[in-house]
Amino acid sequence: MSLVKIAGLHKHFGTNHVLKGIDLDVAQGDVVALIGRSGSGKSTLLRAINGLETIDKGELVVDGTALHDGKGDMRALRQKVGMVFQQFNLFPLLTAGQNVMLAPTVVKGTPKKEAEDIAKEMLFKVGLADKFDSFPDQLSGGQQQRVAIARALAMQPKVMLCDEITSALDPELVSEVLAVVRQLATEGMTLIMVTHEMRFARDVGNKLIFMHHGRIHESGDPKTVFADPQTPELANFVGAVQAA
Amino acid sequence: MFVQFTTWDIVRNLLEGGKWTLLLSLIAFVLGGAVGLAILFARIAKNRLLQAFAKGYIEVFQGTPLLMQLFIVFFGLSLLGVDVSPWVAAAFGLTLFTSAYLAEIWRGCVESVPKGQWEASSSLALSYMQQMRHVILPQALRIAIAPTVGFSVQVVKGTAVTSIIGFAELTKTGSMLANATFAPFLVFGLVAAGYFALCYPLSLYAKSLERKFHVAR
Repeated sequence: MSLVKIAGLHKHFGTNHVLKGIDLDVAQGDVVALIGRSGSGKSTLLRAINGLETIDKGELVVDGTALHDGKGDMRALRQKVGMVFQQFNLFPLLTAGQNVMLAPTVVKGTPKKEAEDIAKEMLFKVGLADKFDSFPDQLSGGQQQRVAIARALAMQPKVMLCDEITSALDPELVSEVLAVVRQLATEGMTLIMVTHEMRFARDVGNKLIFMHHGRIHESGDPKTVFADPQTPELANFVGAVQAA
Repeated sequence: MFVQFTTWDIVRNLLEGGKWTLLLSLIAFVLGGAVGLAILFARIAKNRLLQAFAKGYIEVFQGTPLLMQLFIVFFGLSLLGVDVSPWVAAAFGLTLFTSAYLAEIWRGCVESVPKGQWEASSSLALSYMQQMRHVILPQALRIAIAPTVGFSVQVVKGTAVTSIIGFAELTKTGSMLANATFAPFLVFGLVAAGYFALCYPLSLYAKSLERKFHVAR
């Protein structure tokens, strides 16, 4: 029984056909790495999973909540899917703690005291227990991104989407964020991530998906796929990434 | 029979007129702000019809002179059999004018909130109204404060136009005094000084707010 099921998913931007029939099954506890060149559709696919991109055609089911051809209960879907962004997107006028508390109180109606406990617990989990009252602009990029992870976790999602979450960080801050993601993976959180961190994808991921021209071009276990690409496009991509 | 006007008489009368200018500005600004907020919500609503209405409203008031708007309110309403005093017509006309401009200024502020804020709050399953209330509007408000206070200067100066439909505010009082005293240069100089005394502090305040909110997050 898959947690996330995508079947025959199509997406156009105007006349540009960016997703040309995606089929994907993600099981509970899977850690999926989406890789590919820019423009291959990997980010669009990720963003379609919580409705940030509309779906023209196809089916998307997350833990029993379904969208058919892009129609369905979007907010119910989003409560099951957490997302972390490249640019963090923390709410600048709220403290770290308030950022984490907002959705539980507003969306789920969690009492303030209880939401505060959840927020403290989540910030502790990402190693920022002492930053509850700090505003985003008082935090480093790596800390902001970890608050963003805590904020998504506070809604107790079934699956977490990570959209190039270390791409905007200074190199020395990347590892603290990856350590948190690695921790989540060990705890059994289902993760789907668009990433350029190939080593991380290989070490932590149990499923690798290579996107090319809007299709899943090759997929499988990261260790075997990286070691022995079956298509020239992936071999080429892996070569280019490793050369960099 | 001629009445002799001392300078103090002139100033005293101008202060009386200035009081009405101030009052009219306040009313136009407060009511215009309230109506402008409603127009803003229509302008950024998802409903196409509301959007089109708000867009048309803003275009009409931005694309015609304030004087014509006042004429149409003043003479139009009396054509319809509604007898309006210059005072009501002036307040009503200026309110409409102010609301259109404020709605457009505020729309710009809402749109300058980064797209990532919408996306992050969407991904947390907030509804449109919840996003607006908890994420977007608080940020837009901070951006809006300085240009809004700045626009209040335009409202104060805009009240001068209501003298033409006979409302006895600062400019109208000045015209009457100029005719009576044969000292137009002195009178209108004082009138200008009166407007400056009202507007300059507002400009300074807008500038200081701008600085303050640029440094803050």
